[in-house]
Amino acid sequence: MSSILEVNNLVKKYDDFLAVKGVSFTIEEGEIFSLLGPNGAGKTTTISMLSTLFKPTAGDATIGGHSITQDPMLVRKLIGVVPQEIALYEDLTAHENLVFWGQMYGLSGKSLSKRVDEVLEQIDLADRAKNRVKTFSGGMKRRVNIGVGLLHKPRLLFMDEPTVGIDPQSRRAILDSVKLLNKQGMTVLYTTHYMEEAEELSDRVGIIDHGEMIALGTQKELTKQVGEMETLILHIDESEDLEKLALALRNVPGVLTADVSEHAVTVIVPGAEEALAPVVSQTNELGIKVRSIDIHEPNLEAVFLHLTGRALRN
Amino acid sequence: MKKLFIIGLKDLKIVFRDKPALIMMLLAPFLLTLGLGLVSGRLSSGSSSGINNIPVILVNQDEGQLGQALVDLFTSDQLAELVTPELLSDPQAARQQVDDDISTAMVLIPAGFTESVIPTDPQNPGPTLKIDIYFNPTRPTSAGVIKTIVDEFISRVEVGRVSGEVAITQLIQNGLIQPQEAMQIAQEIGIGSAESAGTSDAIILKTSTNDGSPMEFDVLAYMAPGMALMFLLFTVSNGGRSLLTERAQGTLPRILVSPTTSSQILGGKIFGIFLTGTVQMLILIVASTVFFQLSWGDPLAVLVLVLASVIGAVGWGLLLTAIARTPGQISAVGTALMLIFGIMGGSFVSRDMLPGWLKTLSLVTPNAWGLDGFQTLALGGTLRNIMTPILGLLVMGIVLFGISSYLFNRNGIAKG
Repeated sequence: MSSILEVNNLVKKYDDFLAVKGVSFTIEEGEIFSLLGPNGAGKTTTISMLSTLFKPTAGDATIGGHSITQDPMLVRKLIGVVPQEIALYEDLTAHENLVFWGQMYGLSGKSLSKRVDEVLEQIDLADRAKNRVKTFSGGMKRRVNIGVGLLHKPRLLFMDEPTVGIDPQSRRAILDSVKLLNKQGMTVLYTTHYMEEAEELSDRVGIIDHGEMIALGTQKELTKQVGEMETLILHIDESEDLEKLALALRNVPGVLTADVSEHAVTVIVPGAEEALAPVVSQTNELGIKVRSIDIHEPNLEAVFLHLTGRALRN
Repeated sequence: MKKLFIIGLKDLKIVFRDKPALIMMLLAPFLLTLGLGLVSGRLSSGSSSGINNIPVILVNQDEGQLGQALVDLFTSDQLAELVTPELLSDPQAARQQVDDDISTAMVLIPAGFTESVIPTDPQNPGPTLKIDIYFNPTRPTSAGVIKTIVDEFISRVEVGRVSGEVAITQLIQNGLIQPQEAMQIAQEIGIGSAESAGTSDAIILKTSTNDGSPMEFDVLAYMAPGMALMFLLFTVSNGGRSLLTERAQGTLPRILVSPTTSSQILGGKIFGIFLTGTVQMLILIVASTVFFQLSWGDPLAVLVLVLASVIGAVGWGLLLTAIARTPGQISAVGTALMLIFGIMGGSFVSRDMLPGWLKTLSLVTPNAWGLDGFQTLALGGTLRNIMTPILGLLVMGIVLFGISSYLFNRNGIAKG
């Protein structure tokens, strides 16, 4: 496999704020590469530079051999972009939107109408093609938003958190469509802060935090960094003092880290079976009621916790 | 170039699907024109102009021929339908009648006016005297008519005076008359000028088209373009707003990551605003022609003036867009600009009613140039007669485009 994207020490600075601090990675032709990181980690800024929207402060990247700083127009022909926000004309119909965006990518005539029809089928909106986008549900808008990025059959598709704010059904449809596109030969750079999405989709994952690439590799390679650690997730009522519990659990023998996430405390331990009893005992001592406990084998969440000391969704 | 048209046509389509924008672009100017037409009587009296029997008081303190010529003009048969003059000798009483809304204006011809224009002793000319017009501010349109009559009279007198001077100088230089005969001849020329100026044929309010058919002043020919030009500024600021809206909603960045240059995007947006403004003006012109039987004049000249007006207005829309940071800022400033330019540029009251400095300042507005041109065309003018307003509007558009381009280049169109 050859590299379609090579990123070299990419930096973006806004006044005194360093949003991206020298990120480097490559993406091979035909793979799905996920950039995983919490909100504000620098994922969107990285994609904005790679898609030539913003010029990097330093560093460069090549896509299909063309520099993003030297040959932005050549780069733009090779890439498709699905932005995080829905970037469509609400007063135009789905069909009119696709036609307009197809024209922006140089399509015209019969090839344009054929491609628009294909994409409408692909996003399962052929029957709503003549309806204005403003009459669509959030999930339908997301599908059109993705469809626009596919019109010109790009070699590399950037998808910036495409599942934010949508219902589980639409989310599932989007994840399936990403896998299908990849099967058809499209290379995908997918950004997300959902660990499960990165795990399900990616051939390789880059974990980004505070503008730095803190880990990079296949899921197996990354979880190896945590060793044989397992994760206990204690689901607690909202009313309980989660911080107090996390603090207490960090002092329990065998517990490596304990952090608060949404209505839960995530605990990383070398062996779940051995650690379970003292963790539950400590929780009872504090008078905190546990609703349920999940036990997870090493995953990307654990990797992020291990590397940053924070939960991914904090 | 193709993308430029695609972006422009897309914007046109979006604007014409936006109901609130359509109300402001088309319905509001149409209804305001309708309302002003009803108020002025143009749409209810059946009169062609809607303005007739304007009460005006003449106070003639001049004992010379020019004062009498102006009185004769106002009392002539040709202006009998348009004005109802009353002769008074007391300026205070006349002024009071205007203040009491009994009369539209008082025209005061000062003592010695003729002598100041045609001095009996050219070696010792007296001070220059001016005709004083005291307006009733509640009747701006009618007052504008009176002022136009007086202005035209003075203009005729001035032309006669200058041409008389030239003629006498030539006669002396060629030895056809002796210098001592010059005074007598000057007096004769002056009297001839006064008589000529005092004929209502000179008054532009009743004029003829090129083919000699009569064309009468129609008050709607002033109001309709006034409203259309004022709401054109709404359209261009709304168009500029769409660029910032696209920036905020993410469609502009999305176009920027397609193989489309910034110049194509900006050109497309400008083309869209230009196209929308032109379509808006043409719809209003056709609607007022159909519903109000309004004659705008030579169709080709009207089209050229519409295009020039839109270019001038688009310049302001672009400048607003280049300076503003949010769509809300453009809406607020754009509305203020629309009203200020409407007032300054003569969309509500004739610019002739403005103080001198404000009248000069009003030339920064597309309304002033555009209205000047549309009035000329409505009164039978041709393309040749409106070259100055067209040039003024084009220069305005080009200068403002230059400034806006500099600002866009400096800031980048993707950034706020």
